[in-house]
Amino acid sequence: MNALLELRAVRAAHEGITVLHGVDLSVGPGQVVALLGPNGAGKTTTLHVAAGLHPPRSGQLLLGGRDMTGVDPRDLARAGVCLIPEGRGVFPNLSVRDNLLMMTFTGRTRQEIEEVAYARFPVLGKRPGQAAGTLSGGEQQMLALARGLATDPAVLLLDELSMGLAPLVVSRLYEQVAEIARQGVAVLVVEQFAAAVLGIADHAAVLVRGRIERQGRPDGGLRDELSALYLGSSA
Amino acid sequence: MEQFLTFGIVGLSTAAIYAVIGSGLVLTYVTTGVFNFAHGAAGMLAAFCYWQFTVGWGWPVPAALALVLLVLAPSFGLAVERVLMRPVQRLGEAERLVMTVALLSGAIAAARWIWNPDLPRPLSVFLADKQPFHLGPATLTWHQAITMTVAVAVAAGLWFLLNRTRTGAEMRATVDDRALVRLTGADPVRASRVAWILGTQLAAIGGILIAPTVALDAAQLSLLIVSAYTAAVFGRLRSLPLTFAGAVVVGCMESYLAGYLPQNPYLPGLRLAAPALLLFLALLLFRHPGLRHRDRRLVQVPAPSLRGTAVFAASTVMAGVVLATVLDEADLVSYGPVFSLGIVALSYVPLAGYAGQISLCQLSMAGIGAVVWGHLGAHGELWALAAAIAVSGAAGALIAVPALRFSGVYLALGTAAVTVVLDRWVFTLPAFHLFGLRISFFDQGSVDMSGPDLFGLRLDSAADLTVLAAVCLGLASLAVAWLRRGGFGRRLIALRDSEAAYATLGGNLLVTKVAVFALSSGIAGLGGALYGMQQRAVTAEQFNLVAGLPIFLVAVIGGLGAVGDGLFAGTAYLGPNALTGVASWTQNIVTVLPALAGMGLGHSPEGIVARLRRQWEPLGRDPAALPALLGALALGWVLRLTGAVDGWTFLLGSLAAGFALRAWAAARQAPTAEADVPVEWWGVRRPWRPEDGEVLTRATAGR
Repeated sequence: MNALLELRAVRAAHEGITVLHGVDLSVGPGQVVALLGPNGAGKTTTLHVAAGLHPPRSGQLLLGGRDMTGVDPRDLARAGVCLIPEGRGVFPNLSVRDNLLMMTFTGRTRQEIEEVAYARFPVLGKRPGQAAGTLSGGEQQMLALARGLATDPAVLLLDELSMGLAPLVVSRLYEQVAEIARQGVAVLVVEQFAAAVLGIADHAAVLVRGRIERQGRPDGGLRDELSALYLGSSA
Repeated sequence: MEQFLTFGIVGLSTAAIYAVIGSGLVLTYVTTGVFNFAHGAAGMLAAFCYWQFTVGWGWPVPAALALVLLVLAPSFGLAVERVLMRPVQRLGEAERLVMTVALLSGAIAAARWIWNPDLPRPLSVFLADKQPFHLGPATLTWHQAITMTVAVAVAAGLWFLLNRTRTGAEMRATVDDRALVRLTGADPVRASRVAWILGTQLAAIGGILIAPTVALDAAQLSLLIVSAYTAAVFGRLRSLPLTFAGAVVVGCMESYLAGYLPQNPYLPGLRLAAPALLLFLALLLFRHPGLRHRDRRLVQVPAPSLRGTAVFAASTVMAGVVLATVLDEADLVSYGPVFSLGIVALSYVPLAGYAGQISLCQLSMAGIGAVVWGHLGAHGELWALAAAIAVSGAAGALIAVPALRFSGVYLALGTAAVTVVLDRWVFTLPAFHLFGLRISFFDQGSVDMSGPDLFGLRLDSAADLTVLAAVCLGLASLAVAWLRRGGFGRRLIALRDSEAAYATLGGNLLVTKVAVFALSSGIAGLGGALYGMQQRAVTAEQFNLVAGLPIFLVAVIGGLGAVGDGLFAGTAYLGPNALTGVASWTQNIVTVLPALAGMGLGHSPEGIVARLRRQWEPLGRDPAALPALLGALALGWVLRLTGAVDGWTFLLGSLAAGFALRAWAAARQAPTAEADVPVEWWGVRRPWRPEDGEVLTRATAGR
């Protein structure tokens, strides 16, 4: 399989403390990979390495086969990497419309982006002038996800999409994620709330203390292991 | 009617200038998150440069304008962004605020250095040779017309930039979340640069337009900005149209007050103070939702041991005694205030350091203390000192009540407004009677002060007063340390960390804020009274906003959380004056120093006192080095008193002995310090050693 996003033997550290000890991960076009694991395993750091926010100590970041290690996040974004960060990936003091305007960096005009975003999330179209920080949590996450829809990314990285949201909202958001993947986008999802994402994932990787402990199809065996991991009993 | 119109036109053209400056403030605030106190100072510098080019060197006006607006202002903005703002970008709002205050203070000092303030510098208005023209019943000069046109053009241009372009959206987005800006393919550094360049250019336009109509004076021009602040606050620091409306209100109010205010001795100050008064009212009336921020990092507040602080207080007193015996009368008048101004600086510690309330009016509170002492304690009555503390404490409590509505930058603005109202109006009032009580301030001149009568012992020589101030500083430091360790100190820090959490835990915000304002104002009042005694006579100018800024800056550099900050700030503020004694040409450098040091804050956010403490702690613990140092100091002191050595030899010798013994003590204690690294930090805080694996295996094998 031809991977769109590939991490090879990535090691990364926070202020001298190594958090990733050689992570290998690849996501192909149209594939949804779930990256699971307990708190502090290094999931968010993995995503930040993939988006260029955190330069790795060693190892490689490949995008469509090209080495992009150490490239500025700005240029990675222009090359098609779209990270929706943890918390709300929106600018709280900017209006919905201005948030959408910030998504024009790939060449689409604001009108096109507004059309796409409002068609998928009609609630946003009802309040284009409202400051994003005053939207509800789910609406903010929709606005954040609109960047994944409207900028035609090659790779979509999602960090804790479900944080602080009602289960119904979460499942609706993940429907959109699946829809994005169907268009050929490589999707890498970090999620604590494993049940939400395993429904749409083609592949799952379990990250524990900076190492991929297990990966494979999200079947029953993997689920059992995961619950053992979260609940702390030794499998 | 014609007069009314004329004043209206004057008001509107002033309003246009305020609108230009105010919209520059709004622009920098919404695009960088920094409320730029130095915005007016940038305009002031631009006006001075413009004067230099056109009048000083006789260049043609267009060339001078182009050079100032297109070259100097952008470079200044870029330098500010690069040198001052980027290092504190990750720190809190307070640190960024301090940077701009340092810039304001530094710009005023630099302008006075370059352009001698005693020479008048007239600047002619634009197109002064053309006849005024008529517009309906009104008559406009060309300068007024140009000013208004520029304001409208600026307004339209800025509005379009911020609301209709991607660059504008990028600039505003940068304040919200710099990381996310990079994820959306934009460059946050570029956005900040554009913001600072544009902001400085707007300030420069405002400065050049307003300079011909007022005197070209560094402090006055920089503080003209108070009116522009008011306009920006009308716009809640975000809305350009409302900022323009605010500017019209302020400009017209000033103009009509100038025209119609009745002549009597109480009111001329009111006209000068009116913009500040309006600023305070506007702050009170409008709700100010802060920008929604994500990054906030709070500096730790150390809890000093009472024993350590007692030693520190004793050393402070010793330092006072040494100074009092070593220096002569004239030098004591200049250096004795190390301790009294140190007390004023110490008053920032509970208020800003513990409770997180940035107040810029502490020196005014000191002024109140000084005035009370001057009037009530003319014969040295000791109760008058208590009265001075009580009255300034009450004044502080009074400020705290409205201040309950402000936080962060708004509190700094509000207290700055209070200071301006006090020094432009209240302190200039002649004596008056209120409810049968005669109230007088500086008697429109200076107030004579005398020393206190300590149970029959009259302290009146400079030496006595220096020791008294040192004792008071020692006691106040001890009191603040005791406060920090007690329940009230914990409550203050809880308030700083999260007002909401503090209130939900059952804390009363009003009571706590009033208490801490009263307490620190009382401390400042004590400092002011002692300062006045040492100076023999005080004037209102010694306590104005511009005089207070360097003290605030030095206190911030020292570290607002540290009890030792009082002594540090006093020493660091007055100590460099010793240089001017040796070489008088250093005088200007010394006035710029606090500002320069303030700009260095980004590199040492926890404060210098904390760093000094770490460096000197080994010496304090060392059983051999400490007595050696004390012995050396005592020996030097005796030699100085007997006249064997001069003051400089004593000072330099003491410093040399201190540094040598510090290095020695640190070297003696170094090997023991390393063993203290906890097991889980092996390989992180110290290098991993080959034998460590063995040690760990043995330690865990027994389980």
